[in-house]
Amino acid sequence: MASRPEVIAPPEIFYDDSEARKYTSSSRIVQIQATLSERALELLALPDDNIPKLLLDIGCGSGLSGETLTENGHHWIGLDISASMLNVALEREVEGDLLLGDMGQGLGVRPGVIDGAISISAVQAKFDMIMQWLCNADKSSHNPRLRLKAFFTSLYKCLSNGARAVFQVYPENIDQRELILNAAMHAGFAGGIVVDFPHSSKRRKEFLVLTCGQRSVNSSVAKGKNEDGESCSDEDSEDEENQKVCISDRHRPRKKQKKNNKSGKGKEWILRKKEQMRRRGNAVPQDSKYTGRKRKDRF
Amino acid sequence: MRLLTHNMLSSNIKGVVNGFPLRIEAEKVVEKTVEMNSEFLKKMFDKVDWKALVDASRAMGYTELPEEVDSSILDSDEFLNRFHHALLELHLEEGALVCPETGRRFPVNKGIPNMLLHEDEV
Repeated sequence: MASRPEVIAPPEIFYDDSEARKYTSSSRIVQIQATLSERALELLALPDDNIPKLLLDIGCGSGLSGETLTENGHHWIGLDISASMLNVALEREVEGDLLLGDMGQGLGVRPGVIDGAISISAVQAKFDMIMQWLCNADKSSHNPRLRLKAFFTSLYKCLSNGARAVFQVYPENIDQRELILNAAMHAGFAGGIVVDFPHSSKRRKEFLVLTCGQRSVNSSVAKGKNEDGESCSDEDSEDEENQKVCISDRHRPRKKQKKNNKSGKGKEWILRKKEQMRRRGNAVPQDSKYTGRKRKDRF
Repeated sequence: MRLLTHNMLSSNIKGVVNGFPLRIEAEKVVEKTVEMNSEFLKKMFDKVDWKALVDASRAMGYTELPEEVDSSILDSDEFLNRFHHALLELHLEEGALVCPETGRRFPVNKGIPNMLLHEDEV
């Protein structure tokens, strides 16, 4: 794997013209970004009154996620630190307005006017960059804590009462997530992390959902998605982490393996495995009366 | 950049108490037609700082907006058309935004304002 961009250079330097074009010309990235933005928009829980809203796209880049917002009829303002990315956005003729700015310096938006904010990154590296660049000290004057504080307090100010901000985050950065969550809570946000497809390593997606203002007190965080449509909260995944690992007594005599004359794994085993794959979000054939039935001896 | 965005922006230089509204120095203004949505306009009417919008549209060469307004004017279609035009169809393509307190210029190129601050301004 190529080394991570955030280690190489600060964003305004790393995302030069060629990198910016690369990012947008990959159809896979475009598609992932669209589904992620769709989900983030869902998590924003905007009032369902068909009135267009004014949204903020933080780290809008070439405006991929903004396009989803436009399709849903909303007006948006995009903020990005890379001029090259914004130039690509101009070429794509996105509908929203673009701003060249550093979110670590604060957003510079009037209080209480924004109906919601999203930040989406199809590539993990990009998320890392946004947060790491926010956390990193590229220049001598950069203090990660101050930058995070400036960002979240200005975000809190510009959101209207009850508005939400949704950030897509990656589960690998637990320490960093802690730092970010702390900064957000200090700024006055309420909220937590929503996990989609917690049992799948590939499709697992995490969103940091922050709510500001009065509604935040009694509003609960949205539930994560699962393949069967049943929702699952963050807690059960945490429980797994907290469970103790036991070392079995090494002097205990080994249990004799049960001699099993039956060949094959049996219906129960198959059903269990299928359930497992379903939870991971894979395509699995339906269960029927033929599932795991015994074959004829002659076969 | 539309005037909608301009109306939301303020200067966030360290120590600036009242960084709103940013003064517009227009060099090139373009107009793009957008479909009108009166529901959105009515909602934005509460949020928009009217005086700033009037001043900004004047700076862009559009003088049709009335100086004083109250919410009853929202029933007039003619007013809504003008409001829509000023808010969403006028784009500042080239020029600058000037902080009202410090006089710092934020250049606008190809419709994108450069709001990056220098190190001593953070």
